[in-house]
Amino acid sequence: MALSSNSLDIVLFAALPYLVLFTFLLVSIQRYRAQTFSFSSLSSQLLENKRHFWALVPFHYGILVVFAGHLVAFLIPRSIVLWNSQPLRLYVLEVTGLVFGILTLVGLTEMIARRFTNSKVRKVTSRLDALLYLLLLTQVVSGIALAVYYPWGSSWFATNLTPYLWSLFRFQPDLTYITGLPILAKLHILNAFVVIGLFPFTRLVHILVVPNPYLWRKPQVVRWYRPAPRNLT
Amino acid sequence: MNVRSQIAMVFHLDKCIGCHTCSLACKNIWTDRKGTEYMWWNNVETKPGTGYPTKWEDQEKFKGGWEKKNGHVRLKSTGKGRIVTNIFHNPHMPSMDDYYEPWTYDYQNLFNAPEGPDQPTAKPISMVTGEYIDIESGPNWDDDLGGSPVYGENDPNFAGLTDEQRLQLFSIEQLVFFYFPRICNHCTNPACVAACPSGALYKRGEDGIVLLDQKRCRAWRSCVAACPYKKVFFNWFTGKSEKCILCYPRLETGQAPACFHSCVGRIRYLGVLLYDADRVEETANLPQEQLIDGQRDMILDPGDPHVIANAKKNGIPDSVIKAAEESPVYQFIKVWKLALPPHAEFRTLPMLFYVPPMAPVMASRQDTGALNSVSDNLFHDIDDARVPMKFLANLFGAGQEGKVAYALRKQKAVRWYRRAVTVGDVDLETAERMLREADCTVSEAMAIYEITSLCTFEQRFVIPPMYREQAIEALKDPHEQKQSAGFGFLSGPRRGL
Repeated sequence: MALSSNSLDIVLFAALPYLVLFTFLLVSIQRYRAQTFSFSSLSSQLLENKRHFWALVPFHYGILVVFAGHLVAFLIPRSIVLWNSQPLRLYVLEVTGLVFGILTLVGLTEMIARRFTNSKVRKVTSRLDALLYLLLLTQVVSGIALAVYYPWGSSWFATNLTPYLWSLFRFQPDLTYITGLPILAKLHILNAFVVIGLFPFTRLVHILVVPNPYLWRKPQVVRWYRPAPRNLT
Repeated sequence: MNVRSQIAMVFHLDKCIGCHTCSLACKNIWTDRKGTEYMWWNNVETKPGTGYPTKWEDQEKFKGGWEKKNGHVRLKSTGKGRIVTNIFHNPHMPSMDDYYEPWTYDYQNLFNAPEGPDQPTAKPISMVTGEYIDIESGPNWDDDLGGSPVYGENDPNFAGLTDEQRLQLFSIEQLVFFYFPRICNHCTNPACVAACPSGALYKRGEDGIVLLDQKRCRAWRSCVAACPYKKVFFNWFTGKSEKCILCYPRLETGQAPACFHSCVGRIRYLGVLLYDADRVEETANLPQEQLIDGQRDMILDPGDPHVIANAKKNGIPDSVIKAAEESPVYQFIKVWKLALPPHAEFRTLPMLFYVPPMAPVMASRQDTGALNSVSDNLFHDIDDARVPMKFLANLFGAGQEGKVAYALRKQKAVRWYRRAVTVGDVDLETAERMLREADCTVSEAMAIYEITSLCTFEQRFVIPPMYREQAIEALKDPHEQKQSAGFGFLSGPRRGL
C-alpha cells in the first residue's frame, strides 16, 4: 500500500502541511490586500430562494458544530479524554458529532444538487467551485465513515491527532502518532490539507471576513472626507 | 444642535407623465452591466399597482424597515440578533422571481433563419442563463394597469379602504391611476446602513448620499432585506449589492443626476436641506401620526442665524448654506408643506419627498367639470376624490388623510388663483377665499406657481459646490500626487478570484 510507505508519509504528512499552511496564509493576505473586491460569499440566494434554505442552513450549522468539535479536541484534548471516561458521556459526544456530520452531508448534497440542476445557479458555478464541492464531499463522507467504522474518534483524535497537529505547529513533525492510522483517517487528514491549501483561491475566503465589529458598532455609519464635526453617527 | 447638510429631492407627481425617460437615462449609465440587468435604480410605477419588486410595500411579506417596539425604534427583521442567525439564508430576501428574469432577443435569427414558409421570429433569451425562456414578467409589467384585478387590486396601499372605495377604483370609466417614480430615498435613518454586517453601506457626511462600498460588501444580503423601499439590489454576477448613487460623480461636477436631468415632465427638484442630526433617532421613534411633522421639525431653517452659526461650527461651507437658502425642496417640504415623504411609517426618514398628484383627484365623479362648484364648499372635489383619500394617505401621509388633503387643497387654490389672474373666468374674490382656506398667501401662491410651472433648470436643481477637491487634498498631498500619478491600471469587477 502506497500510503503506508514511509517516504510518502513524510511528503504527505510532514511536508504538505507546511506547504498548504503557508499557501493559505500568504495567498489570503495577498488576496485581501490586492483583490479586496473578490472577498465575497458569492451568494446565489437571489437566483434561487427556496432550495437555498434546505441546503445552506443544515450545511452551515452542521459544519460549524463539527468544526467546533475538532477545534476543542485540538485545543483541550485532555478535557475531551476526561469527558469520555464515562461511557454515557462518550456516547453523547459521538452521537452529537455523527448527527451534525450527517446534517452537514444532507446540506452539502442539496447544495451540490441545487448548484448543478438549477440552470441559473449553474451559470454562476465555476470549475473551481465544482472541485471544491468534490473535496468537501470527500471530507464530509470520509468523516462520517470514520465515525461509523472507527468509533470513539473523539478519544483517539485527542490522543493521536492532536499531538501530531501540535508537533506540526512546533515545527517538529512527529509522524509516529499517525503512521498506524487506518487509510480512511489518512484520507480525511490529507483531504483537509488540500482544502486548506485551496482555501484562499476559492469562495471559502468568506469565512475570513465573517462580520464581527458589526455586533458592537453604532447602527448608522457616516463617512466624512473633511474631519468629522462631532460624534461620528 | 448638530447641523448637517443633505441633498434632498422632491418629485411633483402631478407633472409626471410616466414616460420612463428617467429610468432609461439611469439604466444606460449605470446598470447595463452583467449582473445588473434586472436592476432599476430608478423606476416608474403605476399606482394602484403592485410595483417593483412585486408588492415591495408589503412589509408583512418583506419585513423591511424599522418598527417601534417597547418604545424603541428597531429594525423589523434585520437587527443584529436576527442577522447572526439568518446569515446563511435570509428568509425575507426577495428572489429574482420577485423582480423578473432579464432577457434579450435572438435577433440573429431574423437574419440567419433558413428559408421557410413562416416569418422568422426573435425568441427571447435569458440574460442570466443564455437559454431561451418564456417571459413571465418584466419591469413595468403592470404599467398603466391601474384598474386591473391582477395588478391594481393587489396594491398594498388598499389597506383600510372600505369595499365601496375599492369598487370605486375598479369600475369601468371610473378607474384611475397615476405614476410613482422611485429612486433611493437617501434616508436620514437608513435601514440598509444599519443592517449591513460588514459596514459596507454608509452615509456621506457632507451631503448625505447613501453609498455602498463595493470592496467591503461580502454578500450577506441584509441590506436588500432591510430596505423597505427595495432599492438595494444584489448583483448576481459580482456577488455584491448595488444601489442608486444619486449620480454623485455628476453632482460633484455641478450636474444634476441623470434621471433628474432627463425628466421630460420637469417633475424633479433637488437641493440642500440642513437638518439636526441630534434629532434623527428621536424623530424616527415618534408615534406614527407625528412622523411627518417630526421630520419637518428636524429639517432646519437655513435663514435662521442660530442655525447658520451652528452650521458654520460644523464646518458647512458658506456656499452650501447659501444653496440651502435657495433650495426649492426646502420650500416644498417645510414652508409650503406640499411635499410628503413616501411611507413615513417605515421610519427611515426618507429624503425624497412627493407632491401628491391632483390629476386623478380633480377629475371628479361629477360631469360638471373642475370649474363648477356644487356647494359652498370650494374643495368638494377633493373631499369626494375619485381616488379615495385613504389610498393617497397610505402612500404619502403615513395613513393620515389630513396631510395629503392639505397639500391637495393648496394646489387647487393656487390653480384657481392663477386661473382668476390669467384667464379671468374665475372670480378673484372666490380664488382669494380659496387661498385663505387652503392656508396660502398670494405671494406663496405666486412662488408655488412659478416653481411648478415656469421653473428653469437652475431653479429646479440648486446644486451646492461639493468641495471634493478639498476632500482629496485633505487625504493626499497634491504635490506628492503630482509625481506619483500618471499612467496606471483600472481593473473591472470580477466574480471571485
